[in-house]
Amino acid sequence: MQRQVARTIHDYEMFGGEDRLLLGVSGGKDSLALWDILTELGYSVDGIYLHLGIGEYSSESLQLTERFAASRRLEMRIIDLPVDYGFSIPQAAAGQSRSACSVCGLSKRYLLNEAADGYDVLVTGHNLDDEAATLLGNVLTWNTEYLGRQAPVLPAVEGLVRKVKPLIRVAERETAAYAVLRGIEYEVEECPMVAGNTVNRLKERMNLLEEQSPGVKQQFLFGFFERGAEHFGAGTKPELGSCLSCGGPTTGAVCAFCRVRDRAIRLPEKGDA
Amino acid sequence: MKVILRHPKREVVVEGPSSVRELLEHLSIVPESVLVIRGDELLTRSDRVDAEDTIELRPVISGGA
Repeated sequence: MQRQVARTIHDYEMFGGEDRLLLGVSGGKDSLALWDILTELGYSVDGIYLHLGIGEYSSESLQLTERFAASRRLEMRIIDLPVDYGFSIPQAAAGQSRSACSVCGLSKRYLLNEAADGYDVLVTGHNLDDEAATLLGNVLTWNTEYLGRQAPVLPAVEGLVRKVKPLIRVAERETAAYAVLRGIEYEVEECPMVAGNTVNRLKERMNLLEEQSPGVKQQFLFGFFERGAEHFGAGTKPELGSCLSCGGPTTGAVCAFCRVRDRAIRLPEKGDA
Repeated sequence: MKVILRHPKREVVVEGPSSVRELLEHLSIVPESVLVIRGDELLTRSDRVDAEDTIELRPVISGGA
C-alpha cells in the first residue's frame, strides 16, 4: 500500500519532499493510516485535528489521534470548534436546513483551509470509496457544479490552499486492513450524527456492486477523471470574492461557514427569549 | 463462537465451526463491507472459524471526528 500511495503522489505530482505538508487527522483509519504511510515514505507531515464538539465521540477520536502522534513523535495541532469559534457541530446542525453532515463538511473545509495558512499543501485521507460514493451522489442528482470540482488534486487559488488526496486509489477496506496490520488504534464506531448519511448509504450499495463486479468502483471513479470530468468544467478556476464577515474566499457575500456560525450562536438567544 | 458486531457494538453467539464465508452468509453481511478479525489476525473468506473463537466483524466504513 505504501508503494501505491507513493505512485499516486508521483503520478498526480501532488507534492515534493521540500513542500510543507499539513494533514487533516480525525482519529479514523484513513487519516492515521495515511500519516503512518507518509512518515514511512520519508515525508515530514504535521497533523491538524478539528475538535467538532460531538460529545464522547470527539473526545475519544482526539485521544486516539494524540496517542498516535505521541507514539511517533509527530507534530499535531488542535482546533477546538466550541472553544475557538463558540459552537459545536450538533448546535450548528440543529438550526440549519442543511444535514448535519453537510454542516460538518463545510465547517471542516473552512477550518482546514484556515489552518493550512503557512503550508504548501493540505493533505486529506479521502479514499477510493469516499470519492466513488461522492461521485455517484453527484451523478444521481446531476450536481454539475460539484462534478466539476472533484479531482485527486485541487490546485491553490486565491485564498484556498492546494489540496491533495493520496489515498484516492486505495479502497476503504484496504486502509482499514492496513491500520489493523500496523497495530494502529483508530475510531471504529461511526459518528453518532451520521444516521441516514447519503454517502455511507451509497458506499453500502457500491460494496454490493463490487462483490458482483470487482474493480467497478475504480473504473467508475477513474473513468470519470479520464473521460468525464472535462465535460463539467474541471480545472477551471472558481470566481471567488471575499466574505464580508471573515474575509475568507466565497462565491457569495458571506461565506457558508460564517452563515452557519452566526445562526448557531444566535440560536440559544432565541430559545431564551 | 462469540461474534462481535459494531455500529453499535454488540455480541451474538453463532454455532460453529464454519468458514468465514458461511459465517457472513449466516449473518447476512456483505463480505466487502467488513474486516474479519480473530485476535490480531485478519481472516480471509476461506479461513475456518471454530466454536471457541471470538471473531470481530469490523465494518470498513467507520468514523473519526
